[in-house]
Amino acid sequence: MGIDRRGFLKSVSGTLLAGALPVTLVELAFAKSSENFTFAYISDSHIQHIKGNKFVRNWDRGLLRAVAETNLMTPKPDFVMFGGDLAQLGTREELDHGAEMLSALSYKIHMVMGEHDYYLDLGEYWSELFGPHYYSFDHKGVHFVVLNSILTYDDWTYNRWESGKQRMGEMAGLDNPNGSPFMVGEKQRTWLKQDLAKISKDTSVVVFSHSPLQKIYKGWNFWTEDAEDIQAILAPFNQVNVVYGHVHQIQYNQIGNIAFNSVMATAWPWPYPESYAQAESHLPVLTVPMNRADPFFERDATGWQFIDVNTGRVDLRYNLYDNSSRTVAFNDAKRRPEDTAYQNPANRIKAQDHY
Amino acid sequence: MAFRPTTLLATAALSFAALFATAARADEFTTKNVDEWQAQFDIVAKDGRALWTSPELGTNGVVCAQCHPNAANTHPETYPKFQKQMGRVAALWEMVNWCIENPLEGKALAADDPKMIAIQAYVTKERRGVALAPGKH
Repeated sequence: MGIDRRGFLKSVSGTLLAGALPVTLVELAFAKSSENFTFAYISDSHIQHIKGNKFVRNWDRGLLRAVAETNLMTPKPDFVMFGGDLAQLGTREELDHGAEMLSALSYKIHMVMGEHDYYLDLGEYWSELFGPHYYSFDHKGVHFVVLNSILTYDDWTYNRWESGKQRMGEMAGLDNPNGSPFMVGEKQRTWLKQDLAKISKDTSVVVFSHSPLQKIYKGWNFWTEDAEDIQAILAPFNQVNVVYGHVHQIQYNQIGNIAFNSVMATAWPWPYPESYAQAESHLPVLTVPMNRADPFFERDATGWQFIDVNTGRVDLRYNLYDNSSRTVAFNDAKRRPEDTAYQNPANRIKAQDHY
Repeated sequence: MAFRPTTLLATAALSFAALFATAARADEFTTKNVDEWQAQFDIVAKDGRALWTSPELGTNGVVCAQCHPNAANTHPETYPKFQKQMGRVAALWEMVNWCIENPLEGKALAADDPKMIAIQAYVTKERRGVALAPGKH
């Protein structure tokens, strides 16, 4: 938590006032402030093809805005993550159009697979554009892992549907009872064990997935079927951070050494699962919800974020259009992520009530 | 909307008169009747769910369920309520039309359009059991 970060935030705040950014920035912090760095995170753009050269304007605007604002960050982020669901129905048109918009970024970008990118052709065209479905990389002493967490049971994927298009359509409906729970699967879990065997237990690990890697609400796939197995693989490491998309809302949690943070969507917000009166759900009690969305502001409750990496932990800085920015930072004393303004129940505001 | 409340009330009174003129005595209905009426409602609510996930309400392929899974965050129990952007108290069907015209880029439905009734049947069914809270924000 050094001078570097404060200087960085000051400049970002300036940009914020000018443009009211909605991205999530992530900073990881180290004992020596010179080791801290920041990356930006854009997610869930759901680029949706209508026909010919027409795409849904609303979702296009969300991604264009996040890209433009990320490019304005000073100092620059070390890289950009894209958290999955670039497309709505995984078509070439949507992935090409989304890739073209992302190509305007001035930074290196790492991609995460979302279910909307995958289920038409099982990620084939996405791979042509962006590379492998799961991988790892190292940056300034931090080990980053990208998982494809939106796989599901083979029977659902391979035997149930007449076409890829039908399969994609079924998985695209969040509340569709014909859907199937997300999972990382045995093959990737084996790979993950091997990948992590190469690093020391003191290495800071940041895992990116599309789905939560924890179980919140199965009905909307705020869920990963083999979450406990993955958590067990990550448990021996002293500092683990899981950053996920998919949920289109702010969530955070702490399970053992693992801190969980979600990122915003650029396309549209989702209700918190507790808003569905007919089912039980388990939003982490730690989470202070984001403000209820105002439908009259097209970009309300969407956004992007930058992430400060400090002493191996991630602090998420949410830039929320038409709302005050939020920061969910790792509290070293309590060893869990907390909202820096609203964690105390006395500080919560009316708009955070969801029902 | 230019309708006058007095006209609306008069129409409602006429409808009630017509209903009572043709109906049997009020206490003469059976469990079978109740089941049939519930089934009628369920059919309409099912139509509403089909519309909720159908691109036919709009022009851009966007569907209601994209932002409102299980019709969550629609708060039917809070309507009518004051909408600050409209500057007046609005009913649920007006908000449905707001979504049809804006995110879905479609054409507004009449308040008594069977599609509008079906949508409201679905939305309220998903919210069943929640206490009425008119005006709540």
